[in-house]
Amino acid sequence: MIAALGLLVGILLGLWFRPDVPLGLEPYLPIAVVASLDAVFGGLRAYLDGIFDDKVFVVSFISNVVIAAAIVYLGDKLGVGGQLSTGVIVVLGIRIFSNVAAIRRHLFHA
Amino acid sequence: MPDTKPSMPDTKPRTPTEPGAGRQRLRTALLKPSRAQVVVAVLLAVVGFAAVTQVRATEVDNTYAGLREQDLIDVLNGLAGTTQRAEAEIARLESTRRDLQSSTDSRQAALAQAQDRADTLAILAGLVPVTGPGIRITITEDSAPVDVDTMLDTIQELRAAGAEAMQINGKVRIVAQSSVEEAAGGIYVDGTLLSAPYVIDVIGEPHTLTGGMTFLQGPQAQFEEDGQSVQIDELQSLDIESVRDPRQPDYAQPDTSQ
Repeated sequence: MIAALGLLVGILLGLWFRPDVPLGLEPYLPIAVVASLDAVFGGLRAYLDGIFDDKVFVVSFISNVVIAAAIVYLGDKLGVGGQLSTGVIVVLGIRIFSNVAAIRRHLFHA
Repeated sequence: MPDTKPSMPDTKPRTPTEPGAGRQRLRTALLKPSRAQVVVAVLLAVVGFAAVTQVRATEVDNTYAGLREQDLIDVLNGLAGTTQRAEAEIARLESTRRDLQSSTDSRQAALAQAQDRADTLAILAGLVPVTGPGIRITITEDSAPVDVDTMLDTIQELRAAGAEAMQINGKVRIVAQSSVEEAAGGIYVDGTLLSAPYVIDVIGEPHTLTGGMTFLQGPQAQFEEDGQSVQIDELQSLDIESVRDPRQPDYAQPDTSQ
């Protein structure tokens, strides 16, 4: 319940403040969002499996975001930032799909 | 992933759970807040905030400020390619337009030429009414009927003087095939009986035509000798309204080999 409220509060804050993305962070924010979504779905699946641990969730969340951004940053330095961010998005997308499939099996038994 | 712990579930072996357990846990979570939920809520708030920010930035940002160098180069290349394609397309369409215009022009020229030719031939064949400067010859029989030979002479002299169209008595158009015969009470021209006074309308250069009639021993003198009087009027504008029906030749055919 509180978690859902937190998500809502975040969205409302974003709508309310209308922050500008700093120019340096602009290439990394979309990657970070997708990485954190992956962590969130992984956490939800773990919760439904009964093995959720908040410490692990926090660590995986932060590391997901940091590693994704770091990969893209490294790619930018190497001159392959565009391709690497595409690769990261693809991998995270696959993980999100498999997590969501597990969640679906839990909730709908299908 | 810092995962020896099973929080990233796809790294861990799948443990079958009894049906309904997941739903049960979800329900419990909705009803009973815990410390863990607060942490999750904070992180979810961060996710929501970041996601909304990114969505808004994507919607607002139509400048190229945030793009990488490589992306900018790609955009530029794409634009250059598009420009090149558009220019090639423009050139192709322009050449098509030129072709069409020149073919239209030549078609129009051919059409105008054919129209001119058709007009000329129609006048020559007497198919259309004509108008123009010319003379009107009125032949009145004073003491003797008109001789056919004199009439034929007159027509020939008028043709020699450049007559372009002729009609007699407003009824018969004189053309290449016209024939003149003697008849009781007048003359037959192309099978039509005409009687005095004869009025010959001629289109051509008026002075030349008049000269063709009045020279020494010419048709006028001939008529007067025969006993008719001739009056010649030069007109600036004369209408010849009688026409002939076109006749399809039965025997003569165009010979294109010559």
